[in-house]
Amino acid sequence: MKSGFLYNLLTETADIYRFALRFFKEGFRPRYEFGELIRQCYYIGNKTLGLVGITGFIMGLVITIQSHPSMEAFGAESWLPSVVSVSLVREIVPVITALICAGKIGSGIGAELGSMKVTEQIDAMEVSGTNPFKYLVVTRVFATMLMIPLLVILSDTIGLYGAYLGVNMKQVVSFHLFTNQVFEKLTYADVMPSIIKSFFFGFAIGIIGCFKGYNTTNGTQGVGRAANSAVVAATFVVFLIDLMAAQIADILHIT
Amino acid sequence: MSLENIAPSSPVIHIRGLKKSFGNNAVLRNFDMDLNPGENVVVLGKSGSGKSVLIKCIIGLMQPDEGDLLVFGDNVPTLSHDDLDKMRVKVGFLFQSNALYDSMTVRENLEFPLRRHWIRTGKENVNDLVMEALTNVGLADTVDMMPGELSGGMRKRIALARTLILKPKIILYDEPTTGLDPITAKEISNLMLDIQKKYNTSSIIISHDMNCVRITANRIVMLIDGYCYANGTYDELKRSDDKRIRQFFD
Repeated sequence: MKSGFLYNLLTETADIYRFALRFFKEGFRPRYEFGELIRQCYYIGNKTLGLVGITGFIMGLVITIQSHPSMEAFGAESWLPSVVSVSLVREIVPVITALICAGKIGSGIGAELGSMKVTEQIDAMEVSGTNPFKYLVVTRVFATMLMIPLLVILSDTIGLYGAYLGVNMKQVVSFHLFTNQVFEKLTYADVMPSIIKSFFFGFAIGIIGCFKGYNTTNGTQGVGRAANSAVVAATFVVFLIDLMAAQIADILHIT
Repeated sequence: MSLENIAPSSPVIHIRGLKKSFGNNAVLRNFDMDLNPGENVVVLGKSGSGKSVLIKCIIGLMQPDEGDLLVFGDNVPTLSHDDLDKMRVKVGFLFQSNALYDSMTVRENLEFPLRRHWIRTGKENVNDLVMEALTNVGLADTVDMMPGELSGGMRKRIALARTLILKPKIILYDEPTTGLDPITAKEISNLMLDIQKKYNTSSIIISHDMNCVRITANRIVMLIDGYCYANGTYDELKRSDDKRIRQFFD
């Protein structure tokens, strides 16, 4: 049954795998497109900065407000900053940031490369002696790999500030005390796995967005489909990577 | 064999027994043609007859299944990526959809093909080359505009300027007048003639527009059923009694 769901899923997975292998083969070989890489880093970072910052702030605030009654019931109010900070830094902020980026950056890359493909701009690039894979794909994937961890760090910081305001809605805690309580429990073992998995989130979002866009067919209808399927596939893979990261951290006792 | 080693009368493009299929659909079956220096050859055929496939095989965007495809003596299907890039400096390609980069200004569009050839052109000459190419298509004042701000005819001219910027010896035109009004289409056809004279280029032109064919063609090759069905000047083919040829001229 060559048109079945499972067959399509497996062939697409194999195609993305081959596309990723090509990225590693071409990504580390000259000629390097540094100018375009910087442009993409600026574009990707700048495009999502506001949204990621606001979301991080709201998540920090909401998690703190919602955790407060439970912590209060157990008489563990003083643990609120450390509990919230660990859950924000280890899980909530990286995953929410990655999901926002999957929606905003993944669809943007899918649509941009898709429209370039159907209007023959990618062929024009090849004809003019520029390797379009290096210029378009390698730069975008490296840009997402570099920028998403930075966005996660920024969102962590803003999220913690949101948590500080959330704590102060019910009681008075100085910023100094809040920071002390946060960093008493928050260790490198919490921060590093979060940053490392953000690299993989960035890689997945970049490679899937580029794959969908670069292989667009069927004109403008195909462009919409590429953007849409880039978001769906990247979102699914973000959760998959998160699950694997949790298992690996557990096996390595980084908990 | 390099361009310099080719005798003046030798064809710059030499195609023999070219075959290309997509699944069970054989588009090119034993297609033969030559393009001589300084000549404009129009490839005429119905939609889906494989004309665009032919020029995409010539520029190396598609790989033929079989046959010889020599450009300046080099067999294109066997060229390495680097050699293909060197060959592409000598062969310009005008896309049917113009393929201008939407996110770049006209200047950046024209500078793009020069990026790989800074050493040959010299970075300091880039502005002169851009302005020269734009002046030759009569659009020097659009240099800082975005492609989205230009009309269809202007975009076609800019695309032609981008093709010309590396001063190619051969230009492949993929339906250059499609989607243009008759007046603009005639202007583009005349511009193609001017370019042939000014740059002494040889061209393969894919077109359905019989006015464009009449103006630009030194010779016409009719691609029917995947092979070269007829070959001759516009007037010779127009006088033909063959029904399949006549249907293009009637």
